[in-house]
Amino acid sequence: MDVLFSLGQGILVALEPLNLGLAILGVVVGLFVGAMPGLGSVNGVAILLPFTFVIQQMTGSATSPMIFLAAIYYGAMYGGAISSITLGIPGASTAVATTFDGRPMALQGRADRALVTAAVASFVGGTIANILFTAFAPPLAFVALKFGDPEIFALMLLAFATFVGLGGDDIPKTIFSICFGLVLATVGFDIISGEPRLLFFEVQGENLIPGLNAVNWFSRGIQFLVLAIGVYGIGEMIWTINSSRDGVKMSEVNVSFSRIMASIRNFPEAWKGTTIGSLLGFFVGILPAAGATPGSLMSYGVAKMTSRNPQEYGKGAVDGVAAPEAANNSASTGAMLPMMTLGIPGSPTTAVLLAGMVIWGLQPGPALFAEQPDFVWPLIGSFYISNVVALLVNLAFIPLFLWMLRMPFTILAPLIFVLSLVGVYAAYQNIYDVWLMVIIGFAAFFLRMLDYPLAPAVLAIVLGPIAEPKLRQSLLFSDGSFDIFFTRPIAAPITIIALILLFLPLLKLIRDKLRGS
Amino acid sequence: MRRAEIVTAAFLALLSLYFMWEAGEPSVNAWDPALQKRFGNIGWTDEGPGSGFWPFWLSMIMFLCCVWIAANWFRRLSPPSQSDAPFLDSYGKKMLALVGGGVFGFLILIGLIGFYGAMFVFMMYYLLVIGRHRLSVSLAISVALPVVCFFFFDVAMRIFLPKGYLEPLFIPLYDIFL
Amino acid sequence: MSLTKRTFAGLAAAAVMAFGMGQTATAGSHAFEPSKPIDFVIMAGKGGGADKMARLMQSIIEQEGLSSRPVVPTNKPGGSGAEALVHLNSATDPDHTIMVTLNSFFTTPLRQPGLGVDIMTFAPIGRMAEDTFLLWVHKDEGITSFDQFVEEAKSRGSGWVMGGTGKNSEDNIITDHLNATFGLDIKYIPYKGGGEVAKQLAGQQITSSVNNPSEALGFYESGDVIPLVAFTDERLALFPDVPTLKETGNDFSYFMQRAVVGAPGMSDEALGYYNNLFQQVFETDAWQEYRTKKALLGAKIEGDELRAYWETQRNRHEGILKASGAIN
Repeated sequence: MDVLFSLGQGILVALEPLNLGLAILGVVVGLFVGAMPGLGSVNGVAILLPFTFVIQQMTGSATSPMIFLAAIYYGAMYGGAISSITLGIPGASTAVATTFDGRPMALQGRADRALVTAAVASFVGGTIANILFTAFAPPLAFVALKFGDPEIFALMLLAFATFVGLGGDDIPKTIFSICFGLVLATVGFDIISGEPRLLFFEVQGENLIPGLNAVNWFSRGIQFLVLAIGVYGIGEMIWTINSSRDGVKMSEVNVSFSRIMASIRNFPEAWKGTTIGSLLGFFVGILPAAGATPGSLMSYGVAKMTSRNPQEYGKGAVDGVAAPEAANNSASTGAMLPMMTLGIPGSPTTAVLLAGMVIWGLQPGPALFAEQPDFVWPLIGSFYISNVVALLVNLAFIPLFLWMLRMPFTILAPLIFVLSLVGVYAAYQNIYDVWLMVIIGFAAFFLRMLDYPLAPAVLAIVLGPIAEPKLRQSLLFSDGSFDIFFTRPIAAPITIIALILLFLPLLKLIRDKLRGS
Repeated sequence: MRRAEIVTAAFLALLSLYFMWEAGEPSVNAWDPALQKRFGNIGWTDEGPGSGFWPFWLSMIMFLCCVWIAANWFRRLSPPSQSDAPFLDSYGKKMLALVGGGVFGFLILIGLIGFYGAMFVFMMYYLLVIGRHRLSVSLAISVALPVVCFFFFDVAMRIFLPKGYLEPLFIPLYDIFL
Repeated sequence: MSLTKRTFAGLAAAAVMAFGMGQTATAGSHAFEPSKPIDFVIMAGKGGGADKMARLMQSIIEQEGLSSRPVVPTNKPGGSGAEALVHLNSATDPDHTIMVTLNSFFTTPLRQPGLGVDIMTFAPIGRMAEDTFLLWVHKDEGITSFDQFVEEAKSRGSGWVMGGTGKNSEDNIITDHLNATFGLDIKYIPYKGGGEVAKQLAGQQITSSVNNPSEALGFYESGDVIPLVAFTDERLALFPDVPTLKETGNDFSYFMQRAVVGAPGMSDEALGYYNNLFQQVFETDAWQEYRTKKALLGAKIEGDELRAYWETQRNRHEGILKASGAIN
């Protein structure tokens, strides 16, 4: 009862005019920042951090600025789905899985349905996560601490395993794509050995091509967005221009109030994906180092595996939009948990939020809940409020986003090119990344023409940079022995499930072959 | 298509070999003399895989996949290897040259006149030459986009896009808006 | 409805205030005034110690209206700072390019001579603090003194695991020193950032760490981790009961520099402007409070004094890296 009382008090504080206003403003800002390819919640939060000091000075407490930043975080999570669905470009790694079915839906003229499903699923995911957060924050924080390197690696293995069937029909091209993504993920400096790796066009610190400085180009590694925007923003766009000849439209759209209402009424059809996403997203989200992206990817994979019609996935299944969207919102709330209870950020965005809390004079950590209830409960209350606000704002803006799709393609296409280039620059503030993105984009076009599936490469570059160091750190612990993955109580079951899932398709193939002969 | 398939596979195979070579980059300053030689870091040590292990062996798998793709090509198993249609027809070639040239032109212009100038030139080019829109429409969109972007990125988000040689023109704007 | 309108009005007023303060900034006295936004490079990724500090400095500048143009932080974490160093070395407008540095400012150019970076050419704007290192263990280990630690670590051999941020980093240097001096065989596992190391220790995934106070403070206050020894010259005010390593008879101390530098080729007028700017930042209550809370040491130094400090630090790190075999 104590919890409910505190929560009620917190919600009342969050509903105070100034706090509610900040929540609305934050959600709107977040929505647009998130909808912009290249910019995600981390940019919105980092950029508006100094602005929150003005708010803090005005109100004299850390509650209002934190509510503002949390609202931006929520808004951006909703916004990420918008560019995934309407443009087919995942604006942030958390929204990659949303493109798999959201984009086909938009091409079939069901963009409104996809956007509504994404919004409502995000709302449900966020709310379920809030309830779990409110009820179980301290004990869950303890569980999160028990996830060491072997456990995180096992989890990454599981994430890979849920995606085994994702590629195209051409087996060698699919494997090529996965390995290509994993190799690109190793570019840059290796934290375990401290050695530079795959700094191309350079030998022993000497640059092979005059004027091309390998440190500038490759030392920070190939970033996720460089590959993702290259593939989806440039490669896919040129492919569309080439394959659809002159009479193209991004999608067929008829937007009307009644259609949107009908989509809301039909939302319960996606209950299964939403449930899977909400729960799985939250539990993956609370693990430090994992974050919302693996959570949304795994939810998509699990929803597909447990679906009665897995063949519909990738062709516009509503569950395929609902699962990752419920998951990434749920995971964002989940990622707040280790940040607030342990002082450990689970994602870059929570890292910036953490920095903000420190500057405001709070010390996030195990003692925060006991010592700062006046800060914690209004903040949790504002999560509930921001979620409602974000849903309403998002639904209100859907007609605007759909209207943009009705622009003639010869206007929309150059706008997408410009947004892709500007977006990558804004994300990393490095002009070399923009060049790399365009070069990758043209390569992606040629590969796309020849049926190379590229989604596996994009997935690999998301999961690879987490998986490889975790594997090597685990093996440092165990002096090179793989036993560590099978003897630890949490790692062992996850590893075994992952291995079974990985080899399931192979076993099926062998069985079919045997039957065939 | 058929020729493009094998040419691409061959190119990717060479790329994989180059990746393998790069992955074995020796570390001049290494403590262990074995690491000072090329491919000294690709093995499995007492402490798990070396720094070059993943990139090297994964590139090896990429190379093998290319061989597999080539075998499928030879046996005409994959759709592109069965198709005798040209990889790009004349329309495709024209569009690729126009669009690709435009995007690379955009990139080069960024280095000279910055994002905002390049944005304007690229939009004018695309709308007039490829889109064949009216001059008034093209001009309106091409002017509006950099203005909106300036306020969104430079002013609101405080992400300062490079301005190249046009930088002096922006100094008065900084005076007003920052 | 009126409710939201009022809030928006309040926010608009706040925004006007924020921008207005920027306008009425300290003008005059100096010949140089920034004419465009200042590129404030951070040599590390988002969320780490250096990033937090840089964003604090940015907020102070913004809040107090110290600069007439915004200071824009950009993270360039690539290659242990190599990316940031190269960026500054080739800056087209050195008068508007500054950077906040760590000790990788000394070690990275030593480890990668190919970068062509000479740190003595960078403009010495100001050292804002020196961060400190302590040795931390989990409370469940039952270790309360440094002697006990040495004994226990010796008996466990390579079963004793130290987590740290990256290979050949500050944490690695301290671990190597402990191993060499006390005849230990501690296993060192590199992680991505100090926060992650602190979490690994709190979850007992590793047995000890040499975190900065700012990274371990949360778990210290909750009682999960305890400091055994400080690698400083004198005891820290925040941890009065924790002895220094010097007190145990081993003459070793190690600090992390938290300094702001300008791009090579910065004009003297610009250097003077930034010297003054960061002196003002240093004197604010917000900065002083942060220093006390996070147990930061080190006087503010600038100009030739800072250059001399770089010279000694570079020579010291050259010696350390040579001894550990990281460079020849």
